[in-house]
Amino acid sequence: MALDQIVDGLSEVSCDVLVIGGGTAGPMAALKAKLKNPKANVVLLEKANVKRSGAISMGMDGLNNAVIPGYATPEQYTKEITIANDGIVDQKAVYKYAQNCYSIIEELDSFGIRFLKNENGDYAVKKVHHIGTYVLPMPNGETVKKALYRQLRRARILISNRYMATRLLKSGDGRIAGAISVNTRTAEILVIKAKAVILCMGAAGRLGLPTSGYMFGTYENAANSGDGYAMAYHAGAALANLECYQINPLIKDYNGPACAYVAGPFGAFTANNEGSRFIECDYWSGQMMLEFYNELLSGKGPVFLQLKHLHPDTISEIENTLHKVERPTRGLFQQGRGVDYRNESIEMHISEIGFCSGHSASGVFVDDNARTTVPGLYAAGDMASVPHNYMLGAFTNGAVAGIDAMEFADNHDFAEFDAADVASERDRVLAPTRREDGIPPNQVEYKTRRLVNDYLQPPKVTRKYELGMRRLAEMRQDMQEHMIARNAHELLRALEVQSIMDCADMAVHASLYREESRWGLYHWRTDFPEKDNENWFCHTLLSKQNGKMTSEKRAVEPYVVPISDDEKDLYDRQRIRASA
Amino acid sequence: MPLASYQTSVPVVVDDVKCIADKGCTVCVDVCPLDVLRISDMTGKAYMAYDECWYCMPCEADCPTGAVTVNIPYLLR
Repeated sequence: MALDQIVDGLSEVSCDVLVIGGGTAGPMAALKAKLKNPKANVVLLEKANVKRSGAISMGMDGLNNAVIPGYATPEQYTKEITIANDGIVDQKAVYKYAQNCYSIIEELDSFGIRFLKNENGDYAVKKVHHIGTYVLPMPNGETVKKALYRQLRRARILISNRYMATRLLKSGDGRIAGAISVNTRTAEILVIKAKAVILCMGAAGRLGLPTSGYMFGTYENAANSGDGYAMAYHAGAALANLECYQINPLIKDYNGPACAYVAGPFGAFTANNEGSRFIECDYWSGQMMLEFYNELLSGKGPVFLQLKHLHPDTISEIENTLHKVERPTRGLFQQGRGVDYRNESIEMHISEIGFCSGHSASGVFVDDNARTTVPGLYAAGDMASVPHNYMLGAFTNGAVAGIDAMEFADNHDFAEFDAADVASERDRVLAPTRREDGIPPNQVEYKTRRLVNDYLQPPKVTRKYELGMRRLAEMRQDMQEHMIARNAHELLRALEVQSIMDCADMAVHASLYREESRWGLYHWRTDFPEKDNENWFCHTLLSKQNGKMTSEKRAVEPYVVPISDDEKDLYDRQRIRASA
Repeated sequence: MPLASYQTSVPVVVDDVKCIADKGCTVCVDVCPLDVLRISDMTGKAYMAYDECWYCMPCEADCPTGAVTVNIPYLLR
């Protein structure tokens, strides 16, 4: 049989709770849903393979936002995240996370994932944030996915690998009814009826093009092409603050961090070409990224992570972590460049743009129960709007979503969807396979993402955005009329390009709507250079209304933890001032 | 419009002597997040069929015989 040959087929299955995405939030959501009602059917659908999918495919070096009694309180954490996000935070969800995350840490511990402890047996929490102490290393962090997978098997979760979900199904009255998916190796269609659906599909990481020019050399797992954002949008769910991009400080040319979260607590720091510190704090915020960007352009760049001043044993310890987990090819990369941390600083640069609440504040809008604006539809992890989630947020909010979704499924029967919706989606999915001649998906994708870099990367200029919008519309037409897929694998890529295009359109629309600058580099509009609290101290919600992309303001919920006037601008003061 | 393929050096290298795909092993193909590995009809061994690598390492880490090596793609080496 020819490679990835397309097979004509359509089947239908049903389950109580469908979890889409088996990375970090998804497995936890599936597990919690199943444990809540062991008699119910829980399906975990995954585009790759749950064993090694998602952002933590090769594990993680630690927890970046652990709220551990004795080191931090939920109030402190909520306050810090609110300030780091320029106040645009619905605190209820952040506070709930902060209260719940310690029990999730204990649960992960019971799965066999270890957390660093000091000689007294207490958790050895490190300080990286501007104000509080929340970073907890994981000595066997490379085993996270294996530990999760064991739990999924034990709980008898039904896992379907290599299925890409493409659209959600809804009933006439707007309730969730299931999802349509396509097998990535055969192109067969699978319709899954479900009483509740949880989206855990990760970041939109293939939006901008890495400067290396290598399309899959993205910061995020390159499988995270923004399918969840596109599906939520087309289902009519609201998406929050998409103009708050993700942009991260990474090793130049390599798609992993240097990484200050690991090395900072040992005494490493971000320095300019003169070897001087220029930022107060290495915690990833838009304000910090703006100073990083300014330094790169100031003539004082390049920017480096400096650790050569540390003791060789300390450097070996850092090296051992950096070259073993999260992105283990980091060591191979440095070796190829002849970089030894003992005598050379690590050159850094800034990443391509993307959407990811893991480190910023955008995503499918959810409340403190992980509910989206569509009844029966949930979202968790990097694609849901709870800000600065990181891995522990994905686990904790995934758990919240799993429990609430099963409760919803227990109280509702299947919603009826229109068979015509399946037929039209099947036609849309397979359209590139039915053309004899045209443009391959890799070229449509490259050109789209190059336009994203050319026109959408901050600083955001209105005129550039308008030109970008026009060029993207031309690209969309090419994609819809001329893109071809000659086998099932190419079809997978062709479908991903459509998600990327949707995300690019949403990025443009959301960015043009918010007429102010906020979140440092993430939403720096040169035509509106100031923060405008009078008009824009609010969320923006983007949604599809009557077939059209629409944005509206939504008030920030009253704070649970008050922020005093002298605290609220703490993250605006990232640049180290010249000492007298 | 006519299509041509262009040459690219792929980052994942499989040692055919060590690879046991011809005995039924599919571990590297199964775990790849980008689904870029396949078993060759001609040799019965695993190989990188699509140049869409995230150089993440599961294929190398999980290979039971140590046959898989992940290199950094040339463009960013």
